[in-house]
Amino acid sequence: MTDLDIAQELPIPVERPPQSTHGIVDWLRANLFGGVFNTILTLIALYFLAVAIPPLVRWAFIDAVWSAPNGQACHGAGACWAFIGEKLRFILFGRFPYDQQWRPLAVVVIFVAMILASCDRRLWGRRLMLLWLAGFIAVGVLMWGGILGIRYVETGLWSGLPLTLILAVVGLPFAFPVAILLALGRRSKLPAVRWMCVGYIELVRGVPLVTVLFMASVVLPLFLPPGVTIDKLLRAGIAFVLFAAAYIAEVIRGGLQAIPRGQIEAADALGLGYWQRTRLIVLPQALAMVIPPLVNNFIGGFKNTSLVIIIGLFDLLNTANNALSDPNWQGFATESYVFVAAIYWSFCFFMSRYSQMLEREFNKGRQR
Amino acid sequence: MTDSAGENRVGEPIIQLRHVDKWFGDFHVLKDLNLEVKKGERVVVCGPSGSGKSTMIRCINRLEEHQRGQIIVAGIELTADVKNIEAIRREVGMVFQQFNLFPHLTVLQNLTLAPIWVRRLPRNEAEDLARLYLERVRIPEQADKYPGQLSGGQQQRVAIARSLCMKPEIMLFDEPTSALDPEMIKEVLDVMIELARDGMTMVCITHEMGFARTVADTMVFMDRGEIVERGPPAEFFAHPESDRTKLFLSQILSH
Repeated sequence: MTDLDIAQELPIPVERPPQSTHGIVDWLRANLFGGVFNTILTLIALYFLAVAIPPLVRWAFIDAVWSAPNGQACHGAGACWAFIGEKLRFILFGRFPYDQQWRPLAVVVIFVAMILASCDRRLWGRRLMLLWLAGFIAVGVLMWGGILGIRYVETGLWSGLPLTLILAVVGLPFAFPVAILLALGRRSKLPAVRWMCVGYIELVRGVPLVTVLFMASVVLPLFLPPGVTIDKLLRAGIAFVLFAAAYIAEVIRGGLQAIPRGQIEAADALGLGYWQRTRLIVLPQALAMVIPPLVNNFIGGFKNTSLVIIIGLFDLLNTANNALSDPNWQGFATESYVFVAAIYWSFCFFMSRYSQMLEREFNKGRQR
Repeated sequence: MTDSAGENRVGEPIIQLRHVDKWFGDFHVLKDLNLEVKKGERVVVCGPSGSGKSTMIRCINRLEEHQRGQIIVAGIELTADVKNIEAIRREVGMVFQQFNLFPHLTVLQNLTLAPIWVRRLPRNEAEDLARLYLERVRIPEQADKYPGQLSGGQQQRVAIARSLCMKPEIMLFDEPTSALDPEMIKEVLDVMIELARDGMTMVCITHEMGFARTVADTMVFMDRGEIVERGPPAEFFAHPESDRTKLFLSQILSH
């Protein structure tokens, strides 16, 4: 014991780790040309980049036509971005009344603002919940109208980017709590609850989303009493939520199973009830563990919204498709799809970055 | 603290196990156990692994269910009634071999969680309480760290403080030093000895016989699901009656 005390008193000389590499040449040698095999791989990769990039740059920028009076004048060696300029409002907002399109524009701005606000850790909690609630109300008012002196627009005319965002950004937060309940139910001690959840998850997972949408759109009305109609967008939204929930539930169940037994026992021993234990101890750890597959599902869900085309809703992909049918602007499918792909990609890329931030945030406790 | 003072210190029975039986499948883990712990009494339970000692103390706060017999804790009988179970868990603190701190919460949050959500204390009161107990387990400066940043000994002391924040009547210890590196055992035992001095009712499974001699009012030896022998530590260590006890003591005291 005294030996230990003395050892702690002695000053310990500080030694720095040796410098590993310095300079660009060392880095290149270490990372790109370390050995024959790596050198060959590097050269092959460089060759493919050299073949692919210049024509792409030429098509997209150097030879591109940026403005043209009509489609005829726009056909050249490069991309016709004039087409996107001409059809921009239609692709983004579709069939929404032309003079009212400031409203869907405002909706997109609100969505983007809310998503960005959610990145700020300081806002997390009740304030962010209120912000989202207010945002949803504002979106509803702007899209529907009929009050505050703005014109009523039926949901059949909602289209383009706002429709895609409404399905995804409103749908996924609804799917998430449903998924949590399904995952908890699947691990419940009560057989009735457990079997209902298992049955639901297995049923929905075994069916393509297209079928679920089709059922919601065509088959469901057959079972409703005459005179009762449910809005088509709402039906698609519910179908989408129920479908996404089954997948997300399985991801969350994976996280729940990874929680050590001791965590639950410690919570029990402290006198926490089931819901307190679940909310305060189990879910925060389980969800933090499954962020990567969860975001995978969210990204998939976001892109899955494009399937509502099957029941005649005009989401972003469908409006881009429709923009191609203008007789004055023929043959610009590539430009149209590249443009829409870029929009999808930027949202998905953002989700991916956001998830990495969340992972860092939630795994603080596990770092040394 | 002398033994004569101990006689006055202990009071009414606070834990009673009467003819308790439990099976894991077909395996009979607890066989007709009878045990009475009085308020303020310190009971140290020892025995070979698989003897059922852990299962027994886990029955006291219903982490395990007994299948026959009666368990009465702080005047409440343990049945399937969730209300009773939660009432008893509020009065019984437990410290685990593997600490079981909540890794996603800071030390302070670990300590204030149950007082806030179960005892319904206001946050600032719960935090004052937490800091008080961190002081008592001698790590007040670690309040804002996460459990993963602490040593094993520090984590176990946080776990003890976490239980104490609920102001329990009884503390159960399930091999609290078995997962620790040797140089950290003492810091945890010191905290437990201090707790014993303050008159806490304790049921402690441990193989630290030095600690048992210092602290225990009663030694209990379990083997194969039965309580084989019990008695004050002086007699227990000097003149064990049963051969099984003698064998066990010779094995753990020989080195």
